[in-house]
Amino acid sequence: MGSASNDLALVFGGVFLVLVFASALSAFLRHRYSPDGRNVVLENLDARIMSWWAIVLLLAFAFIWGKTGVIVLFGLCSFAALREFVTLTTTNQADHWALAASFFVVLPLQYTLVWHEWYGLYSIFIPVYAFLFIPIFSVLRGDTRQYLVRIAETQWGLMICVFCASHVPALLSLDIPGYEGRNVLLIAFLVIVVQSSDVFQYVWGKLLGKHKLAPSLSPSKTVEGAIGGLLSASLLGASLFWITPFSPWQAALMSLLITHMGMFGGLVLSAIKRDRGVKDWGHLIAGHGGFIDRLDSVVFSAPVFFHVVRYSWT
Amino acid sequence: MNGFGGWAKTWIVRFAAHTTAGLIALFARLLTAVRGIWQGADPLEVQRIYYANHASHGDSVLIWTVLPPRIRRNTRPVAGSDYWERGRLRQFIGRCVFNSVLVDRGKGGKVDPLAPVRQALDSGDSLIFFPEGTRNTTDAPLLPFKSGLFHLARTRPSVELVPVWIENLNRVMPKGEVVPIPLICTVTFGTPFTYQPGSDKKAFLQRASDALLALSAGVREVDHG
Repeated sequence: MGSASNDLALVFGGVFLVLVFASALSAFLRHRYSPDGRNVVLENLDARIMSWWAIVLLLAFAFIWGKTGVIVLFGLCSFAALREFVTLTTTNQADHWALAASFFVVLPLQYTLVWHEWYGLYSIFIPVYAFLFIPIFSVLRGDTRQYLVRIAETQWGLMICVFCASHVPALLSLDIPGYEGRNVLLIAFLVIVVQSSDVFQYVWGKLLGKHKLAPSLSPSKTVEGAIGGLLSASLLGASLFWITPFSPWQAALMSLLITHMGMFGGLVLSAIKRDRGVKDWGHLIAGHGGFIDRLDSVVFSAPVFFHVVRYSWT
Repeated sequence: MNGFGGWAKTWIVRFAAHTTAGLIALFARLLTAVRGIWQGADPLEVQRIYYANHASHGDSVLIWTVLPPRIRRNTRPVAGSDYWERGRLRQFIGRCVFNSVLVDRGKGGKVDPLAPVRQALDSGDSLIFFPEGTRNTTDAPLLPFKSGLFHLARTRPSVELVPVWIENLNRVMPKGEVVPIPLICTVTFGTPFTYQPGSDKKAFLQRASDALLALSAGVREVDHG
């Protein structure tokens, strides 16, 4: 076990090599099978890989900056995700204060609490206080049309896009004996395992996929992709045990847990997209869609990962 | 000395206008992540009247933000002088930043209110035009078009008319609100058409309005209830 920054450099070096390999492979495939740029799958693959470069560079920059960098990065992701979410919700002008408060008070306050490592408050602030006060803002306008739907959707958006997402930087505040100063590696572990699971599911699905997993939710997810993806990502997670406080077995089980949460998170957020009749949450991440499309698995796994680590390792 | 002072002042104003334009576009993007969808038209440097639905003061800013810079340079929003002539800041933004064509919407004027608009067309500029004449604050998707669009098209028949649907901006900042809320907006450009000689005014305006409504139906992926 080296120093935290050495291990982080090693991890990023590995990710960098994977991306170089992926870019080279994609260039080769396009040269071979899509010289005129007409193969939709390969062009999308290339856009996805380019976006991965940007995501990895942003994460590296945030990690080097430290706690503030990670909090600012995930705060901005929450902002973009909540913006995508609210765009598709049933809100009207009577919710204007409630929405303004969600974006400009609740979101920054939640991340400020995480920055101050005030566990007792950031873990109940949105579930209790935003939950009670946001409906009050809306009810004061006196518009009762679809009132429960409006406030419930706003609260759901805050829980998913702000509360759950803020549990990623909250990992920095855990005091794990013998792991001091290395918490940023826990974030790297979570993000690499969950996101690689998405990538592995995509790759296995494209290579072997035959049986659709949930045709009404996500046309591209297959049983073969899901099994191959979860197992591959968990193997990768086990092999990354040296950056965590876990033993190899614990790292493998932890990976199985978070990849499952991630996969179901993807299905849940797909269900919402289908209901609203859209294919992607947004368009800002080329090849992937919106921020929620990329973060769905992370937001579903982060709170569970956080609590399991907190109760078992601190 | 006077000449140099005037020259310096012009350049300072131009620099300020350029910077302000960049900041306004940046703010619009941060708030709305606005995206231009060229559904029925390509972004070409052809003289056009981009006519759009009008629900917010930010409408022309949003269209202007998604236009490619080379087209943006020659595209001028048509706006009411009663709003944009009030106060020095609005004057600066209206005239210097957006290079607006200001029209007098006051009733009973003796001069033709569209004269400055025709002048802009004659000098080769494209326009951003709101044919409803005023901001739509009703629940209806569009107000009945005023006759301005017809008169412009009839007297300048070579200019392409492009319907432009702005989605969601009315939710970002509804009438009477002070704080904008961040929501994703889109600006969709429909298929261009031109004035056919001899078209009847009512039929022409109906056709233009229908084209815009059809565009909105396609854009509206979600029914916002």
